[in-house]
Amino acid sequence: MLEIKNLHASIDGKEILRGVDLIVPTGEVHAIMGPNGSGKSTLSYVLSGRDGYDVTDGEILFDGKDIVEMPAEERASAGVFLAFQYPLEIPGVATMTFLKAAMNAQRKARGEAELTTPDFMRRVKTAAEKLNVTQEMLRRPLNVGFSGGEKKRNEILQMALLEPKLAVLDETDSGLDIDALRVVSEGVNALRDPGRSMLVITHYQRLLDHIVPDKVHVMSAGRIVRTGGPELALELEAKGYADYAGEAA
Amino acid sequence: MPAIQETVDQVSQIDVDQYKYGFVTDIESDRAPKGLSEDIVRFISAKKNEPDWMLEWRLDAYRRWLTMTEPTWSRVHYPKIDFEDLYYYSAPKSTPGPKSLDEVDPELLAMYEKLGIPLREREILAGVEGASDRRVAVDAVFDSVSVVTTFKEELKKAGVIFCAISEAIREYPEIVKKYLGSVVPVTDNFYATLNSAVFSDGSFVYIPEGVRCPMELSTYFRINERNTGQFERTLIIAEKGAYVSYLEGCTAPMRDENQLHAAVVELVALEDAEIKYSTVQNWYPGDKDGKGGIYNFVTKRGDCRGDRSKISWTQVETGSAITWKYPSCILRGDDSQGEFYSIAVSNGYQQVDSGTKMIHLGKNTKSRIISKGIAAGRSDNTYRGLVSAHRKASGARNFTNCDSLLIGDKCGAHTVPYIESKNASAVFEHEATTSKIADDQLFYCLQRGLSSEEAVALIVNGFVKDVIQQLPMEFAVEAQKLISISLEGSVG
Ligand SMILES: Nc1ncnc2c1ncn2[C@@H]1O[C@H](COP(=O)(O)OP(=O)(O)O)[C@@H](O)[C@H]1O
Ligand SMILES: [Mg+2]
Repeated sequence: MLEIKNLHASIDGKEILRGVDLIVPTGEVHAIMGPNGSGKSTLSYVLSGRDGYDVTDGEILFDGKDIVEMPAEERASAGVFLAFQYPLEIPGVATMTFLKAAMNAQRKARGEAELTTPDFMRRVKTAAEKLNVTQEMLRRPLNVGFSGGEKKRNEILQMALLEPKLAVLDETDSGLDIDALRVVSEGVNALRDPGRSMLVITHYQRLLDHIVPDKVHVMSAGRIVRTGGPELALELEAKGYADYAGEAA
Repeated sequence: MPAIQETVDQVSQIDVDQYKYGFVTDIESDRAPKGLSEDIVRFISAKKNEPDWMLEWRLDAYRRWLTMTEPTWSRVHYPKIDFEDLYYYSAPKSTPGPKSLDEVDPELLAMYEKLGIPLREREILAGVEGASDRRVAVDAVFDSVSVVTTFKEELKKAGVIFCAISEAIREYPEIVKKYLGSVVPVTDNFYATLNSAVFSDGSFVYIPEGVRCPMELSTYFRINERNTGQFERTLIIAEKGAYVSYLEGCTAPMRDENQLHAAVVELVALEDAEIKYSTVQNWYPGDKDGKGGIYNFVTKRGDCRGDRSKISWTQVETGSAITWKYPSCILRGDDSQGEFYSIAVSNGYQQVDSGTKMIHLGKNTKSRIISKGIAAGRSDNTYRGLVSAHRKASGARNFTNCDSLLIGDKCGAHTVPYIESKNASAVFEHEATTSKIADDQLFYCLQRGLSSEEAVALIVNGFVKDVIQQLPMEFAVEAQKLISISLEGSVG
């Protein structure tokens, strides 16, 4: 599904990713852990095609195709989804309106028919109930005045509706209390699917108690420096990132 | 036959003493020479076969205009206009248009295509020679001749008068005399005075007492509207308890040779009457470097003359290089109400200085102002609004909300509210916000699969929603589309 080879990327001439190698096979859930500033969010942005990042070397193969030159919206329609560490607020645009616009834009890009309103409503209702997203939230402007937990649930709601092939979740656990964490994790687990890969970025091990990954990668100073099973997360929890700090130099 | 054409034909049959006009021009010629003089004013009046009182009215305005100077208080900047270098009268078709659509600016055509305008109608809008003479083309514009006919029949039955102002001056002189210049006095301001001297044509609407106009009146339906030219004059009167909704303009940009536009619109609402006036203004804004484009200096004012009367202005402004426009309400009657809903979009090098004045004179008068300014490119967008309460306006209330949205970082938005209250019981509320479409918001939308254009449209539509809701349905959809098109290329 996803194969990243020797990826180098810089912003304003400053190199942040310095040779990332990573393979996430179809249907697997991988975690990326690492100290703050190691380049985890940068990797998520480069994967999803955000402007302002120069890929200076390497490739990103998605479904076997290099997507480095592909515009962000095309990647989205092709099935790349990013749950943001800090979801953006869009005043004046009802959450419901936004969801419909996004779903139909992707369908249009894939040459599919637009959703009928009843079909759309049915899908939203089903997905929203599972994530405790109320009708009232859906009517409010997107993320405006939402609590941290509401914003993160809203991200997972979008993921559920957009049905991506590859979902990158950037610190989805940050700012959540334990109950909210459970709701969100259950939402994510429900979306595990043999046809879907996930890349779960987190600083803390606790999320991985809920979303148990197939593999754990450690990122440091813009590289994947270690890969292991779920037990690696526990080791990191015990020892901290001190062992990897040196690599930042 | 359209009334104007009739007039032109009649006039051209009269043997006119050329000398009287001080310049050698054939009355059959369709254009007066450049520049402005008493003779030109006389010429225009004669061309329109106007009665003496009208000519005197124009001449008086012209003499007063000579003593006035152009205002400089607004935030717009433009090279000095040489008023001697303009044409003040040119009849329909006198400026040669393109011979076919092949000769029309491709950008204009692209715009028509995006708006989904039928091919034949595009020819008329683009001013292709002869296009509007062909019956079939007229049908395209007005759906069908029968629509127009039914429409006229129905208005007649209701007693509504809806015609060209030049026709009203001849047919209904008593009404015109009574109301023309009664809301915007001849000497109101430099441009209004100029308009009073040389106005070309415009609409006249009269709704008799107690009549609810059976349909939305649209300039789109008035054949004469096509060539009213640069100095348009509109007068709308709603008698006691009458109601009318009037739509001005259309969403398709029209080819226009006149750089300066100075229109005057006067509305009069008597007791318990209501007038809704909606505008979509979409004139040529100039090219990518800011060259060309229309200067639009408009005076629009409504007089809530009777108790409990109501006037509501709704405008969507996306065109013109320079917009200078303040549709206002004089709340004279007790318990009268004024409303102003505005969307002003500027992109490229456009300059907009627009807003409203709510003048509270009567008791318990209410006004409401909702203004949404959107600036993109290198444009400048200013809201300028005055709310005032007279000494006697006890219980006056105003609510103002001005929001600005910036797209990119080379544009500017400004809010200039003036408040004058001479009555202690008046309550004026003012809210203002400025926001920006940030890169990260845009990326968020792209990541969900929206193109940058779709993303801007979505955000902008959310921003202008409150005003769009005020527009008549069929206008609202087109206006939304128009706003998105005006902002194309503003990001990415
Ligand atoms: N827009 C930017 N401009 C310059 N440096 C940046 C920018 N974004 C991130 N960085 C730098 O890149 C490094 C990696 O950041 P980030 O990817 O956010 O790390 P993480 O998500 O692992 O905490 C940090 O040193 C950060 O300061
Ligand atoms: Mg991060």
